[in-house]
Amino acid sequence: MEETKFTPQTWPDKPEQATMEGKNKFVGIWIFICSDITLFASVFATYLSLKDKGPAGMEFSAASLFELPLAFVMTMLLLTSSLTSVYAMYHLKNHNFKGVQIWMSITVLLGLGFLALEIYEFYHYVHLGFGYTQSAFSSAFFTLVGTHGLHVVIGLVWIVCLIVRNARRGLSLYNAPKYYAASIFWHFIDVIWVFIFTVVYLMGVLG
Amino acid sequence: MSSAAVTNKKGFGATLWDYLTTVDHKKLGVMYLFAGTLFFAIAGFEALLMRLQLMIPNNDFVSAGTFNELLTMHGTTMLFLAATPLLFGFMNAIVPLQIGARDVAFPFLNSLGFWLFFLGALFLHLSFFLGGAPDAGWTNYASLALYSPGHGIDFYVLGLQISGAGTLISGINFIVTIITMRAPGMTFMRMPLFTWTSLISSALILFAFPPLTVGLFLMLVDRMFEANFFDHTMGGNTIIWEHLFWIFGHPEVYILVLPAFGLFSEIIPVFARKRLFGYSSMVFATILIGFLGFMVWAHHMFTTGLGATANAIFAVATMAIAVPTGMKVFNWIMTIWGGSVKVTVPMLYALGFIPSFVAGGVTGVMQAAAPLDYQLHDSYFIVAHFHYVIVGGIVTAIFGSMHFYWPIMFNRALSEKLGVWTFWIFFIGFHCTFFIQHFLGLMGMPRRVFTFQADQGWDLFNFISSIGAILMAIGVILLVINIIITAKSKPLNCRDYWGDGRSLEWAIKTPVPFYNFKQTPLVRGYDPYWLEKHEGNKEGMIYAEPLGDIHMPNNSILPLVMSIGTFVAAFGALYHPDGKAWAIPVLILGLAITVGAMIVRSVKDDLGFHVHVEEVIATEEHLYGKGGNK
Repeated sequence: MEETKFTPQTWPDKPEQATMEGKNKFVGIWIFICSDITLFASVFATYLSLKDKGPAGMEFSAASLFELPLAFVMTMLLLTSSLTSVYAMYHLKNHNFKGVQIWMSITVLLGLGFLALEIYEFYHYVHLGFGYTQSAFSSAFFTLVGTHGLHVVIGLVWIVCLIVRNARRGLSLYNAPKYYAASIFWHFIDVIWVFIFTVVYLMGVLG
Repeated sequence: MSSAAVTNKKGFGATLWDYLTTVDHKKLGVMYLFAGTLFFAIAGFEALLMRLQLMIPNNDFVSAGTFNELLTMHGTTMLFLAATPLLFGFMNAIVPLQIGARDVAFPFLNSLGFWLFFLGALFLHLSFFLGGAPDAGWTNYASLALYSPGHGIDFYVLGLQISGAGTLISGINFIVTIITMRAPGMTFMRMPLFTWTSLISSALILFAFPPLTVGLFLMLVDRMFEANFFDHTMGGNTIIWEHLFWIFGHPEVYILVLPAFGLFSEIIPVFARKRLFGYSSMVFATILIGFLGFMVWAHHMFTTGLGATANAIFAVATMAIAVPTGMKVFNWIMTIWGGSVKVTVPMLYALGFIPSFVAGGVTGVMQAAAPLDYQLHDSYFIVAHFHYVIVGGIVTAIFGSMHFYWPIMFNRALSEKLGVWTFWIFFIGFHCTFFIQHFLGLMGMPRRVFTFQADQGWDLFNFISSIGAILMAIGVILLVINIIITAKSKPLNCRDYWGDGRSLEWAIKTPVPFYNFKQTPLVRGYDPYWLEKHEGNKEGMIYAEPLGDIHMPNNSILPLVMSIGTFVAAFGALYHPDGKAWAIPVLILGLAITVGAMIVRSVKDDLGFHVHVEEVIATEEHLYGKGGNK
């Protein structure tokens, strides 16, 4: 694959699928997300069956533990980060590398903000005595939200690697599919959080 | 690197390095085949020990504890570490050739999938030397497994977690390969049945393995990090394990049997010398079986107490699977019907498969009736049933396909004469072992018991069953001898060994060069090679592109490094509950190796390399003499 210099005029309409490798990555990330959905479905099912279950006389329940304002701020951060990654993909299609890097960096910052709040939230619960080993409910809660948090960490490491690695060499048909796949993964993380917000926090607080 | 194709001999070190770093689907296919055979032999030996123990009443050949370990490891190894890799071996070796591709979509991931599977399997088997194997059955029900002392269950959980990740990665790889890498003209409805069943089976892996991953993770944290998913005193519930396990476990049966169906759908038309009967209904039946496979998991849990409504729904759904499976059976029979049948060893296995598998299917429908299942549950009837499906369906497919595809994979043919002996000894041994177990089950003998009292009417039947197991073992030994003899035989250097090949893999001359077809073939219909032969094409195929440079992927050691990282991490997790100070650092070190290798992979460009036209011509002349692939 020789390096071709592209201009916005010669840049293909779908740079992420212009090469065979790109097309494989594009199909591959969607297939992977299918299996990751099943993974989260299993963890959600486990959480729902163990919600509020614990040793006799447990003082913690979803209704008393969770607070919506913090979850709301986290949701807004992650939703916005999804939007900024869309802007990055818009610039990717227009062969504007600077735009890609800037918007991807903003996505990372918003993701870090989300992660910081999640760590604070976990710390707060553990401080209250609601640790991982406290009850079936606590194990299920930390596993569900923690699995999502792990996905956020993986997504962040992935995007940071891309930004740093490609900082000096601009867009090519080799790295465009990589950016694209990372952004699809990031959207997926966002969608999962919408379900966590609904199932864990909203349904938790409303009983 | 590309010039290595032309050089003749390589030293041992270079060959070993080549296999450790290879991303070639054909080499990985061979590696899967040999690793699978190794674990098949181990698990078969475990089965033999169990049958020797049960040969006579009140036997003390092995202790109760050892027996539990044997039955657990036999089931686990056979399903995860023998049948799966053996079928993956054929999928790797054959599917890219059948669709006319250069390699799979993600050659790097293909290698990663193999090494994760292999090191996971190795980890699981180390349990024999490090304080005892898992002993809670291959289903590892939480109510038993949670309280099993020692590290056996921890080995099970971590080993399967690692090898399961490898299987999932391979599954994703095959789906993408079959979607994007087909040669021009190879539409979905022209794909050979083995490619179709590999696609559907990979899709089942995609949706079935994540629930297992979650189930194993819950077991892992419950046992090693004091979580409370299954501990009822802390609000947990052991039924969650049963659900997660069977949501995986039932589709797993179809993950294995669908490629077996595909292999027989390749074998039967070649030796009946007739187009596969009802191709489109075969495709439809495959998809339907895949879909229904996810709707029936609770039939393993009829006696758990889910209630009459749930039992009724799952009973009906289970019986419905018999419909598409029956379609397949009739299509095979109709393909043979009126054909000019040539009874070779692969065809013998196919002819043996049909009645044996139907017998397994019929007892399956019997168990689908929930009230009857209350009687049959956990008896030897169940053992007889699933061995009829697995040995009668999957093992016969693997043995038959070994004979069928050996010429393509190794450029040598297994002995037909020895093959016929193997078939009859194994086949008679198989029916002798398991047919009688139906009656033992109906007479009330429970499964998973390490011994039994005399004079309950079970003595003779158990003895016959054990004799059958010895016959099966002799059959397998004959097959291994056949493989060893064949390795020393002369290379074939031919095309279309059986003379009646129909699909693309037969159009290529053996030994298959590392880039497969020198030019991508043009597919003009279903059974493309047969079509070309029919029209008098002497060159095999017509091609969709002129002879040109070929782009190939680079080899890499990173997949092995990543897998070793998970292997190391697993030891850390395993010894954490013992309060060892080094446990957590080792866990972190292992994960760091894996993540580090992933980052290296991410930031280092891997553009592959080009094989130039002159090199392609030189390789062809080296392999086939002057004139190349004519």
